[in-house]
Amino acid sequence: MPTARGYRLASCVLALATAAALSGCGARTGDEDTAPGAATIDTSGDTIKVGLLNSLSGTMAISEVTVRDAILLAIEEINADGGVLGKQIEPIGEDGASDWPTFAEKAGKLIQQDQVAAVFGCWTSASRKAVLPVFEQHGALLFYPVQYEGLEQSPNIFYTGATTNQQIVPALDYLREQGVASLYLVGSDYVFPRTANMIIEAYAEAHGIEILGEDYAPLGSTEFATIANKVEASGADAVFNTLNGDSNVSFFKEYDAAGLTADTMPVLSVSIAEEEVKGIGTQYLTGQLTSWNYYQTTESPANEAFVAAYQAKYGADRPTSDPMEAAYTSVHLWKEMVEEAGSFEVADVRAAADGITFDAPEGTVTVDGETQHLHKTNRIGRIEADGTIAEIWSSDQPIKPDPYLKEYDWAEGLAR
Amino acid sequence: MTVILSQSFTGISIGAVLLLIALGLSLTFGQMGVINMAHGEFIMAGAYTTYVLQQHLTDAGTSLLLALPAAFAVAGALGVLLEWALIRRLYTRPLDTLLVTWGVSLLLQQLARDIFGAPNVQTRAPEWLTGRITLFGGEHPLTLSHARLFILTLALTAVVALTLTLRRTPLGRRIRAVVQHRELAEASGIATARVDRLTFFIGSGLAGVAGVALTLIGPIGPTMGTNIIIDAFLVVVVGGIGRLRGAVIAAFALGVLQAVVEYSTTVSLAKVAVLIAIVAFLQWRPQGISTVRTRSLA
Repeated sequence: MPTARGYRLASCVLALATAAALSGCGARTGDEDTAPGAATIDTSGDTIKVGLLNSLSGTMAISEVTVRDAILLAIEEINADGGVLGKQIEPIGEDGASDWPTFAEKAGKLIQQDQVAAVFGCWTSASRKAVLPVFEQHGALLFYPVQYEGLEQSPNIFYTGATTNQQIVPALDYLREQGVASLYLVGSDYVFPRTANMIIEAYAEAHGIEILGEDYAPLGSTEFATIANKVEASGADAVFNTLNGDSNVSFFKEYDAAGLTADTMPVLSVSIAEEEVKGIGTQYLTGQLTSWNYYQTTESPANEAFVAAYQAKYGADRPTSDPMEAAYTSVHLWKEMVEEAGSFEVADVRAAADGITFDAPEGTVTVDGETQHLHKTNRIGRIEADGTIAEIWSSDQPIKPDPYLKEYDWAEGLAR
Repeated sequence: MTVILSQSFTGISIGAVLLLIALGLSLTFGQMGVINMAHGEFIMAGAYTTYVLQQHLTDAGTSLLLALPAAFAVAGALGVLLEWALIRRLYTRPLDTLLVTWGVSLLLQQLARDIFGAPNVQTRAPEWLTGRITLFGGEHPLTLSHARLFILTLALTAVVALTLTLRRTPLGRRIRAVVQHRELAEASGIATARVDRLTFFIGSGLAGVAGVALTLIGPIGPTMGTNIIIDAFLVVVVGGIGRLRGAVIAAFALGVLQAVVEYSTTVSLAKVAVLIAIVAFLQWRPQGISTVRTRSLA
């Protein structure tokens, strides 16, 4: 004979089962709206739409507006050259507003409402992590143009900036060659600096470099007096800087105020390029180091054309930078991939990607089909008094992308 | 040893910034009972005034010095406009002023975005503010940056000027009279509406001066006010509503606490520690460090 307790249990199970079934229904209906696993791309008109997703406001706008401008330049060039598969490219711009939920929302809008063939954009890793599930859920394609912390590989993203073994590891190699035996780590408090510093610590431990301190400031923070004092008191040989956005303005002002210079304690930055140098002020930056794959001063015929075209369009005082170059290159790579595939469909484009090359301003880049990253050359630069960055060291050869640092013994266990 | 000294200086300079921002707020919130959420945007207006002046005057030093009175006037005028258009209708409803001025702050942010563009901008610091004074030579000398010393001087000058205005001038006497008993003041022939407006002009103008100081520390952007307004409110509440002396003590105490905790831990932990300290302090002394009866909030 069933007890009261038995009834309660049974009704609970029934309720749970019903709820599960209902939510299953909901999910299915949702998927039908968005066509499971494959984004609907609107190829009906004379134009093909692509999405531009950048922060045009907020703390990241200083950097991301320039990336959008470079993407627009590439689109203009391709359109003047006849477009892609006979269609002119129509850019649809959205403002991520330096706010990760906004990025996810706008990504969804571009994919579902505008039915774009690909999206170009994002800067911070936080924004990329926020849109990643959106692109995977809809089977859409993102081209991400900024160096990042690695340890990621999504079939729905092409990473055209550097991964760690193309930027941070060569930078550490360079510092070690210069006799740096101790480092102080300063970064913004979010995913890129924290992961980058985890990698730097693993490297340091394996190579006998002492980490004397590690400090994080909230994104957009402008109070750096204490951090500058701590760095000064540590007496480190150099500082590894992973601050993002205009926090760098305050940091370098305080660094200078604490009496620290590039001669006494150089700062190697991985998020400061020509555009930021202009904003921060060269009087605070002259002699400091950067690690990138491209500088405005990089010598190549493709770069001469790129810089000339960019400045003709936006003004002679506008510098070019690494993320801009990677963004510009990504549009051209997408065009090559689409033409190789003969289709705008994401699956076809991905299948055609391996080995696609482009004669980019930074030199020839090649798509690695397996990781969807690029083979890129690393360049260490020194910031000059006129705001340009001069290359002082280079890896000479493009470095094969290794986002999970599989080929580095010291990095074992990082990629869990 | 120099570490302690230099951290104390850092704390004092953080305090000076807080104080500059809280002074005007203390006047309008404390003396007048208006919770002005747009105060942060008056700071922004002062910062953009500096930026605009620098666009037109090549010499960074001249433009910075001119920016001080100009920012005071611009932010003060915005304050008077706000007082005249909205706040004077709400003097008996302090919580409503919070909502209304919050809306105004959003409006002003968007206005700044439309006029100056969304990306943040920077000003050049004049030559004489980029250097530093070095004391106690040796391996870790104590360095006091000119910019921070300038801000400290500015904050102390503002405190002295405001105190003298309130204590020694006829306007100051009228302000205090209105604060203590509006009806009686009015009956004695004081034009209270005019006094309200002047008080708001001074309070908002001080926010403009704080904005000029902030251009020496960080970038100028539409949201710079919101980032800092909460800290300023904390200073006013801890200091005791309506008292300048309390605000001065609170600003420097919070600045030093922030700097000390930050030095031994991290930036985020320091923020948490400061908030816990404030909550604990207000449990023990809900009225703040020092207070005076005002017509609305006491």
